[in-house]
Amino acid sequence: MNIFIEYSLFIFFLPLAAFLINIFFGKRLPRHGDWVSIGAVLFTLALSMAMFAGMLFSYDPDFRVESSFTWINLGDFNIQLGFLVDNITITMLLVVALISSMSHIFSIKYMEGDPLYSRYYAYLSLFTFSMNGIVLSNNLMLLYMSWELVGLSSYLLIGFWFAKKSAADAGMKAFLTNRVGDIGFFIGIMLLFTAVGSVVYSDIFTSVADGNLAGTLLTMAGIGLFIGAMGKSSQFPLHIWLPDAMEGPTPVSALMHAATMVAAGVFMMVRMFPIMTPDALVFVAYIGGFTALFASTIAITQNDIKKVLAYSTVSQLGFMIMSVGTGAYVAAFFHLVTHAAFKANLFYGSGSVIHAMHHALHKKNDHETDPQDMRNMGGFKSRMPTTYRAMLVSTLAIAGVPFFSGFLSKDAILSGSLSFANHHPEHFLLPIFGFSAALLTAFYMFRLIYMTFHNQPQMPELIGEIHESPKEMTFPLVLLATLSFFIFYTLPYFNPFSDHGWFTYVIEAKTSLVHGAPSAHAIAEGIHHSHLSAMIISVLVAGLGILLAWQMYLKKKLSAERYANKFSTLHRLSLNKFYIDELYARFIYTPVLKLADKIAFLDWDLYDKYVVDGFGKFTEWFSDLIGKMDYDGLDQGIVDGAGRSVHRLGDILRNLQTGRLQNYILFALFGVILIVIVQTMV
Amino acid sequence: MDQLQNYLFIAAALFSLGLFAVITRRNAVAVLMGVELILNSANVNFLAFSRFGGMNFNGHVFALFVIIMAAAEAAVALAIIINLYNNYQSINVDEASQLKR
Repeated sequence: MNIFIEYSLFIFFLPLAAFLINIFFGKRLPRHGDWVSIGAVLFTLALSMAMFAGMLFSYDPDFRVESSFTWINLGDFNIQLGFLVDNITITMLLVVALISSMSHIFSIKYMEGDPLYSRYYAYLSLFTFSMNGIVLSNNLMLLYMSWELVGLSSYLLIGFWFAKKSAADAGMKAFLTNRVGDIGFFIGIMLLFTAVGSVVYSDIFTSVADGNLAGTLLTMAGIGLFIGAMGKSSQFPLHIWLPDAMEGPTPVSALMHAATMVAAGVFMMVRMFPIMTPDALVFVAYIGGFTALFASTIAITQNDIKKVLAYSTVSQLGFMIMSVGTGAYVAAFFHLVTHAAFKANLFYGSGSVIHAMHHALHKKNDHETDPQDMRNMGGFKSRMPTTYRAMLVSTLAIAGVPFFSGFLSKDAILSGSLSFANHHPEHFLLPIFGFSAALLTAFYMFRLIYMTFHNQPQMPELIGEIHESPKEMTFPLVLLATLSFFIFYTLPYFNPFSDHGWFTYVIEAKTSLVHGAPSAHAIAEGIHHSHLSAMIISVLVAGLGILLAWQMYLKKKLSAERYANKFSTLHRLSLNKFYIDELYARFIYTPVLKLADKIAFLDWDLYDKYVVDGFGKFTEWFSDLIGKMDYDGLDQGIVDGAGRSVHRLGDILRNLQTGRLQNYILFALFGVILIVIVQTMV
Repeated sequence: MDQLQNYLFIAAALFSLGLFAVITRRNAVAVLMGVELILNSANVNFLAFSRFGGMNFNGHVFALFVIIMAAAEAAVALAIIINLYNNYQSINVDEASQLKR
């Protein structure tokens, strides 16, 4: 067996083993079994790094190992399961293993003392296992199974503090919203399976390349798959679960937003890019672009530190999805990787801040104040220097400031959208979405930094109790902040503005297999041409966003309140998340519940009452009848009748037994006479 | 008169009389007497056959045995009758009908 496949097997099954050990025996193990999960994930990290080193060593864009076995074989119905290891897989595995390890380590202190500590680690392992399944899969079936497992583990972790109603509801919301997307995903898979007869990627790709599968059917299949990605990667209008998912523990949010849950949708789109038709891609691009702008307009007014980050994730995912739509899918994957590092870091940073706030409030016996509300923070800069620096680096990265990783990937995405609009002027909206979202990203991220760390403390009585978090929590911060610098992505080049590096070399854009789609070379050319202009505009908008935030929240030259009052309608819309949840409640949930009531009436009051109960009543009547026949007729008549007739006969016969000796002799005499008579007659 | 038939008629008559006595008499002693008559009718038969039927002395021997047996039987029967009297203060056989209840 190939060494990569062997490593993949370990990476795949170790977290599963850790999950099983922890869920069954975790409570009885020393330290409640956290070392089992942490050990397993660190081992997968080591293996991923080894694979990554192997990939860099061979430095071959066409590297690819595949191995599969037949899972179900029913003649024509044949399902294969297997692993596909190529450069995308290896890079993603490293990202998942790294972020997951950081979450595991961060949680040691963050979840310390939780009554369900061992179960928490079991769920984290399950999450890692499912995500690795998605990454490693070489077919849609294993992908779908892992996809659902990711949904399950996200449900378990978001609702981890299930005693809190909002957490339990958030878990349910995440799961149900994902189900909506999964239906589309499943339809997409079934369309491909019925058309091709196989779920293995390479078979589907071959079929598309041969032109056996094309046209509207392929577009529909692609959109079906994309609907699944919309659910998982929380694209508008299925984005509603992600902000609520903040109810979960913060390390889980980091894991979910950076590497496991939401990355799954983008990862699947990157994998499936070769079969996406241009029509499907336009749909994808618009959904992504709109989501990017839409979510960032919500993020600018949120006051909950994690909510801001949540909407920022939605927005960044929108960027990636838009990038897939414009054909620059390598840029999307690039952004997925860089985003994983800095977004996880931002979440760990917010977790560290919340942890500090929580303990400070606890010391003051204050259980009313919300530890996540940024309006209660301010001035933490000197109290939590490590957290501040780490978060600042990641913020610079996400805002798209040069010298940081986010600049490189966001720039690639924006160049892609700009080049797409150049080729198709009717889609001029896409770059506008992109650049406005980039502007707002810089604005709301610096708003977060200024409100949390700068200015005067909003609660001066608390500031003395705010302390830097322990090493287990700051270590991931420092490590991931380091990974937010450009250098890790541009090597072997040292030019911070370069659009070349090991990443763009190893993960080479492949031409779409759909006939009539633009070639990878043409797309790359287009991106290269618009690279400079995109870079200039993106640096300008990032600077403008930072400047605005600086003026409004640090210098207070521009009053945020005044603008809020001036555009009160817009402000209210943004603050209330455009009332999407309320709209859903009004136009989807309520009518559906009403319909359900009506159907329940049909079911309960008509069908159950008359048909089901009627059948029961008829049966009761019928069995009464049969019972009567049996008891009164058979038992009383025949069975008892036999007894009664014997009784009556005995009554008659007992009269013969007179008890008088002489009668008996007389009978004997009659008997003798009778015998004699009979004998003489015979 | 010297014919087997005549003896057999007498024996039959004796038997019938004995049987009649056994069936109809209420007195236990009378019943016992009826039984003696039946036994003696048998004796008459034995002797008649011994004379006319070629049984020779075998018939006589049998008759003797019957007489002896009748004596023994009378002893036993009288003992039963005494017991009957002791229990019922009567020797009416109809009163000894305890089995019926």
